Amino acid sequence: PPVVVILSYFVSFQQRIEIHKLRQGDNLILGFSIGGGIDQDPTQNPFSEDKTDKGIYVTRVTEGGPAEVAGLQIGDKIMQVNGWDMTMVTHDQARKRLTKRNEEVVRLLVTRQSLQKAVQQSMMS
Amino acid sequence: MSTAMDTESTYSGYSHYSGHSKKAHRQGRDRHKSPRSKDGSRSEKSVTIQTPPAEPLLGNDASRAEEGQDDNWGETTTAITGTSEHSISQEDIARISKDLEDSVGLDCKRYLGLTVAAVLGLLVFLTPIAFILLPQILWRDDLEPCGTVCEGLFISVAFKLLILLIGTWALFFRQPKADLPRVFVFRALLLVLIFLFVFSYWLFYGVRILDSKDTNYQGIVQYAVSLVDALLFIHYLAIVLLELRQLQPMFTVKVVRSTDGESRYYSLGHLSIQRAALVVLENYYKDFTVYNPTLLTASKSRAAKHMAGLKVYNVDGNNASGQSRAMIAAAARRRDSSHNELYYEEADHERRVKKRRARLVVAVEEAFTHIKRLQAEEQQKAPGEMMDPREAAQAIFPSMARALQKYLRTTRQQQYHSMESILQHLSFCITNNMTPKAFLERYLSPGPTLQYDRDRWFSKQWTLVSEEAVTSGLQDGVVFVLKCLDFSLVVNVKKIPFIKLSEEFIDPKSHKFVLRLQSETSV
Repeated sequence: PPVVVILSYFVSFQQRIEIHKLRQGDNLILGFSIGGGIDQDPTQNPFSEDKTDKGIYVTRVTEGGPAEVAGLQIGDKIMQVNGWDMTMVTHDQARKRLTKRNEEVVRLLVTRQSLQKAVQQSMMS
Repeated sequence: MSTAMDTESTYSGYSHYSGHSKKAHRQGRDRHKSPRSKDGSRSEKSVTIQTPPAEPLLGNDASRAEEGQDDNWGETTTAITGTSEHSISQEDIARISKDLEDSVGLDCKRYLGLTVAAVLGLLVFLTPIAFILLPQILWRDDLEPCGTVCEGLFISVAFKLLILLIGTWALFFRQPKADLPRVFVFRALLLVLIFLFVFSYWLFYGVRILDSKDTNYQGIVQYAVSLVDALLFIHYLAIVLLELRQLQPMFTVKVVRSTDGESRYYSLGHLSIQRAALVVLENYYKDFTVYNPTLLTASKSRAAKHMAGLKVYNVDGNNASGQSRAMIAAAARRRDSSHNELYYEEADHERRVKKRRARLVVAVEEAFTHIKRLQAEEQQKAPGEMMDPREAAQAIFPSMARALQKYLRTTRQQQYHSMESILQHLSFCITNNMTPKAFLERYLSPGPTLQYDRDRWFSKQWTLVSEEAVTSGLQDGVVFVLKCLDFSLVVNVKKIPFIKLSEEFIDPKSHKFVLRLQSETSV
């Protein structure tokens, strides 16, 4: 009888997300939280596959916020913000780059891992 | 044969040196068979043909060994006659002859050395004064008048001589605390140096000044000043050679007592072997616990039992070297339960000691509280009148005497403490307001030799045995032995290793702990 083998593996997507900041009082907010940075402890990052990865990750996305509307998901790794590299920055530098007062729109390049299942049929004889 | 064996087997283990047995079997007896009664019941006929050479040490002490086994030892051991123990009489002779020759020889040598040094010292001290005074006495009228510089030099000579005197007194005129067998090399060297030095100065003085009657008095005084300066420098050399050089530790010596293996380590500098032996002995009296021969009886009786178990029959009569090998092989093969005995014996002994110790501590505590009560009563009755500590000690002593005596008997220390000494110690403790524990500290465990009465020391005269000359310095690996009559101290010298400490630059960030956070910021 043929044996069905189910494989599951991670695939990385790169996506471009455009977020329009929401004005709340005196601040412009994006509606998500970030974690990580080169001055942080990478082993505590629950979202990274490689525990030495010191990049910036999205740790929370507020419901109904601009980030969720734009399609940002929890666990995304932010690679670029408006052309600025975010893979080798400190936590505070990342925060500053995202919260520039004179920018209303931020364009992010994010990497997402998603689980894909592939069903393979194989013949065993 | 069997009847002879039966008569042998009737007496108890204690008195196997008693007169009766000696008369019956004087020749060819093996001395080490203490459990006689067992031999008679064995199936083999124990006919002793050849005895191994009797070791007098073992036979000597086995008779004294019975003491420790019973509390009432004084009543049952038999007397040791002189003829049965050859080794004791030899030791006695050796001891007597040593006493005789030592008392005469040593004093002579010591006093000779001292007088030579004293005479030389006096001569050296008076020399500069003589140098200054002689021209004044002999040719006063021809001398140039002494100016201010010259008189200033007088003062300097006077003070330098005073300093030299004080320094010499501090360095050399100390109570000698020991007698060393050989001449002290550095001291002898210094004495010779001083002698040559002063001699050459006198020679120069005699030839150039006395004979030619030099009139330049200032020059003469300056000459005397230079002598005193040079003497001060020799004194400095003496300090460095005799005192400073041995202060920095270069060697570690390990001292092991031969009888019970107690060992200590000391740090020494560059010393000669005889002086190192002196340091070791000084520290022995305060560091090592007192030598107690009764503590060694257990191991000796075990050793006797090991030897007694096997008998060797030499059938052919010619293979003497094969005997020892056969004995060792047989001993290894035989199933020996003496380790079991040792374990249970030691456990039992420890239990007994702990029990007696508990009783003793309680008894002493009760006695001391009784004193406090008595003192409180006395103060109420007649304030200001102190109870005599001696009376207080005598009042409470009977209540703890029995417990103390039993404890001392169990730990085999009873011969070190007499009733008078205990009473004295007790009144001393009461006078100084000590607690029961402080009083008991002296009795609970054996202390250093200095703590006890001189008669109990067992170690007053020492002999230094060394392969290398005793005046040569310590080297790595030197071994020498300090023997006294009952035991010896084996001293092993090791050099302190050369330590190389180097400096290395390390980036402070790389080897320190950095606290890394995991913060989350909302944007």
